[in-house]
Amino acid sequence: LEKIGENRSAELGHIISLIYDRVRWEEKILLEELKARDIETKFIDAKLLILDHQQSAKGIRQDFGDAVLQRCISHFRGLHVAAFLEGKNLRVVNAYRTGENCGNKLLTTSLLIKAGVPTPRTKICFSQESALEAIEDLGYPVVLKPVVGSWGRLVIAIKNREMARSVIEMRGQMEGLLSQIYYLQEMVKRPPRDIRCIVAGDNVVTAVYRYAPPDDWRTNVAVGGKTGPCPITVELRENVLRAAEAVGGGVLGVDLMEGPEGLVVHEVNNTVEFRGATTASSTNIPKAIIDYVVDFAAK
Amino acid sequence: VIKTKCLECEGGISIPDDVVAGEIVTCPDCGQSFEVSETNSSGVALKTAENIGEDWGE
Repeated sequence: LEKIGENRSAELGHIISLIYDRVRWEEKILLEELKARDIETKFIDAKLLILDHQQSAKGIRQDFGDAVLQRCISHFRGLHVAAFLEGKNLRVVNAYRTGENCGNKLLTTSLLIKAGVPTPRTKICFSQESALEAIEDLGYPVVLKPVVGSWGRLVIAIKNREMARSVIEMRGQMEGLLSQIYYLQEMVKRPPRDIRCIVAGDNVVTAVYRYAPPDDWRTNVAVGGKTGPCPITVELRENVLRAAEAVGGGVLGVDLMEGPEGLVVHEVNNTVEFRGATTASSTNIPKAIIDYVVDFAAK
Repeated sequence: VIKTKCLECEGGISIPDDVVAGEIVTCPDCGQSFEVSETNSSGVALKTAENIGEDWGE
């Protein structure tokens, strides 16, 4: 385990570990923020971990410090690391439960509805036959998403019955444990943009619009979406904080759309990427995230 | 800038001085991506980067 910073923070006396499996721009800037504060930081590659259930909680604490910022790019790797460390009474940002709730769109949607957060109408099916029936009922266009997935991958706008039959047939041929779970959502009539809001605890850190590229309807930065400044309105703040709380809280990326009847939350991201948001926001996002982690470690 | 060689084609790869282990570098000649596995006073060590997984992303 690589140890960075010789001095414990005089102010806090806490050791924080940042667990990664690939150092993106975000992990590097978060690490720089920790180092700038002279917080003793363990920068840990999850790919090299050998987690031993026999190891004592004290030994685990020596290896990982007082609090863990889990930043794995692999959802399931990060989820399992969080589960193990929480099982040893370590405190992890984000918690295992939050990761689970955000990583599965069915769970996210259920929790948003339960918390009264506006979200697009959604249906879940487990066969091609029922998926086609649900699509007809939702009406065209309809959005088909993988129940676990990110970066907009395999998110498809189905525009008519002919396309529905083809797409569902193709999904039926796909391998993968979750391929035969059909998460279908109404296509919200929105401008060609959505809103990415970054939240840390109860701090709504920043909001940016994400504009779809000219040749796509999806707004993910990973598919070429561009960001622009977005004001944090009362409605936005309220929905974002309720959505974050619904999934278990932490450092999150809440995605919303401007629907005909107001804002709707369609996704909450567990390991939020913020490079795109940084280009459109004057807020110091890594500072706000580390502020939250430091407070979390001290609690 | 740290100079190193591509493990695939032996082309030259230039890496910024502030690189940390875990970052990805790409060979400008052949396009292969590598993970920086170690940084030390004599340079950097590279290993083949993981392929993008189905569960990758935010």
